[in-house]
Amino acid sequence: MKSVSNIFSRYGILLSLIFICIVLSFTTPNFFSAQNLLIVLRQVSINGILAIGVTFVIIAGGIDLSLGSVLALTGVVAASFAHPDTYPLVVPLILALLTGVVIGAINGLTITLGRVAPFIVTLGMMTIARGLALVFSNGRPVTNLSPSFNYIGGGNFLGIPVPIVLFMLVIIITIIILSNTRIGRYIYAVGGNEMAAKASGIRVNRVKLFAYIVCSMLAALAGIILASRITTGQPNAGVAYELDAIAAVVIGGTSLLGGKGSITGTVIGVLIIGVINNGLDLQNVSSYYQQIIKGVIIVGAALLDRKSNR
Amino acid sequence: MGNYLFSAENISKSFPGVKALDKVSLHVEKGKVHALMGENGAGKSTLMKIVMGMVPYDEGTLIYKGAPVRFLSVHDAIKSGFAMIHQELLPFPELTVAENIFMGREPGGILPGFISKKKLNEDARQLLKSLKLSVKETRLMKELSVAEMQMVEIAKAISNNTDIIIMDEPTSAISGREVTILFEVIRELTAKGIAVIYISHKMDEIFQIADTITVMRDGKHITTLPAKELNDEKLIQLIVGRELSSIFDKKNNMPGETLLEVKNLSGEKFSDISFVVKKGEVLGIAGLMGAGRTEIAETIYGLRRPAGGAVYIRNKRIHKPSPSVSIKNGIGLISEDRKRTGLVLTASVRHNITMASLEKWSGFLLDKRKEQKVSREQVQKFGIKTPSAEQTVNNLSGGNQQKIVLSKVLLNDPEIIIFDEPTRGIDIGAKTEIYKMITALAEQGKAIIMISSELPEVLGLSDRILVIRNGRISKELAAGEATQEIIMQYAMI
Repeated sequence: MKSVSNIFSRYGILLSLIFICIVLSFTTPNFFSAQNLLIVLRQVSINGILAIGVTFVIIAGGIDLSLGSVLALTGVVAASFAHPDTYPLVVPLILALLTGVVIGAINGLTITLGRVAPFIVTLGMMTIARGLALVFSNGRPVTNLSPSFNYIGGGNFLGIPVPIVLFMLVIIITIIILSNTRIGRYIYAVGGNEMAAKASGIRVNRVKLFAYIVCSMLAALAGIILASRITTGQPNAGVAYELDAIAAVVIGGTSLLGGKGSITGTVIGVLIIGVINNGLDLQNVSSYYQQIIKGVIIVGAALLDRKSNR
Repeated sequence: MGNYLFSAENISKSFPGVKALDKVSLHVEKGKVHALMGENGAGKSTLMKIVMGMVPYDEGTLIYKGAPVRFLSVHDAIKSGFAMIHQELLPFPELTVAENIFMGREPGGILPGFISKKKLNEDARQLLKSLKLSVKETRLMKELSVAEMQMVEIAKAISNNTDIIIMDEPTSAISGREVTILFEVIRELTAKGIAVIYISHKMDEIFQIADTITVMRDGKHITTLPAKELNDEKLIQLIVGRELSSIFDKKNNMPGETLLEVKNLSGEKFSDISFVVKKGEVLGIAGLMGAGRTEIAETIYGLRRPAGGAVYIRNKRIHKPSPSVSIKNGIGLISEDRKRTGLVLTASVRHNITMASLEKWSGFLLDKRKEQKVSREQVQKFGIKTPSAEQTVNNLSGGNQQKIVLSKVLLNDPEIIIFDEPTRGIDIGAKTEIYKMITALAEQGKAIIMISSELPEVLGLSDRILVIRNGRISKELAAGEATQEIIMQYAMI
């Protein structure tokens, strides 16, 4: 009995994902096909990249509510420099990522040096970044983007949609950072016990700063992908995306108290949300009901996690 | 049995690996102040927690008003007429004095669920008046001084028809005049027939207020005597009274050059601290809990900011002390509270062991195979009892956790090692191992600062001893001239 619960606590969310897939395969025509699988992956790649970013922050014991706005702002920034025959492709990309880095640094520095609670700082940044996106675009969608820019969201690489390729790259790189580098280890230590981390000579502020920068930079990447995919820099894009990302992290077993969690868990959490959305779409369930179901899953996952960790 | 209001008979209690109480008895009389004394770790707090129903006990009986009782919760104990004034008070700061006193028992208004504020304040005023207290019942709790908050706590206890009030070091945060007021209130209480169990380390207070004194040591009842039959000297002897056991294998160290010098260091809870520690020497720092010892250690290490003064390592001034700078300069701190500053409880043994030294033997990418090898070696070397190095440290015993902290700090190979209460809450076996390690480290030429409330430990290991009282060095003693009685005198009086 103990080993069963052990297996469940370790692989519970993965088993849940597999279980959901099996049920959907039998109940929903067209669910289990290579084409639909690619659709699901492409749909989740933006939320996936955001969720991975916020995983860094949450493991380090913080939270980031500014993701959705940062995604909009960086999308607008990228689009503004991506009109045909203006700048080479690297310019919008670098500028958007740099915007992400700067915002992450402001979040991180206000939290560490200013000693303001992460919730407040990033709540403020949520509004600030949204406002900047509207100011920067005069409140209008930025359209007429170059084909090379639109390739990022709409193109294929070796037959696979580019967003999926980028999502995979992000997964691999972040897994390596979190489990195989010093800074990754420090992120867990800082989130697990900040005082002990400090007493062990870890420069806690730098570690937190790193986590917030990674998070905003990944939000910028997601912003580029979204702008390219809808061929528009949309200042109103991504409202409440941060909540979807945090939901995926929680479903993936990362503790909101910090010190515990993994990228694999987050990716599974993202897939669970994605697969269920897709299945309900295919079943023509109204999006109103989909929201209710998603909420139930989030709380249910947290309940299961409490049980298995007791 | 006589006419005791309350008796604890032969109470025993074991925690994993430690016998905290061994057949301890305590008899409390109506209207008397009964002082409970003993060193830190003697078992006073455990006994009081048992009385208050906070901790279950293994054996023995509690007899209250002639009948056996067993409290399953604090709520039970309070309902039966017990109250405890904790060392750290837990008021509701944003509520008024009256609201605090009647928290959970507010007088009802006309409609159910409403509170009659008028009656609440009136009742509180009467109560405060009966104790001759001058605190206004409508003031917010957060505006009160610590002493006033204590008074409110006492008033709250009285309002519950309390027969016995336990006070755990009530004077640790208050001073002179406030102590006088507290004593007046205690006399009011005893005049009403209430019994007071008074825990304190301060000799002068005990003799001012106590009728009876019980001394505990190492979880055992040592003696109970009327206060008039005792004096300072006798009492100190009873409190420390044990022989130095043979677990200390002390060599005469030959101190070398000065490694650490502290000049006029001041900070939170301490001021003007100066001393040196030499290569191959153990400097003991003794004093009561709360005297400022931990603050001194953490300031030297850079965990706290100094208010003034300086720290020199090998005659070089450290300008911006921080733990990472300290580690680079060869200082290691084994902290007092391993759960607060020592360990990441959610992480594995391996992660904890290597946490402080990753920069030393690993590049940006972790060499996990090497890390596994190192942590396995450390687990063996320090005799850490764990199923594997991948075990979460949360699940290990205190002694094993302490060894992990030790192993983590020593992996950096520090030259100066500060031990702050290194044996707190661990069993005698693990203690002995840690003593051996400290002695061995001094022989290897490390400079060691050893802070402890356990006097045998300080005496058994140190070459020199600093006694700290109220944040200042009250005496420096050479190993030869120090005894438990002398140290206690400088620590307390």
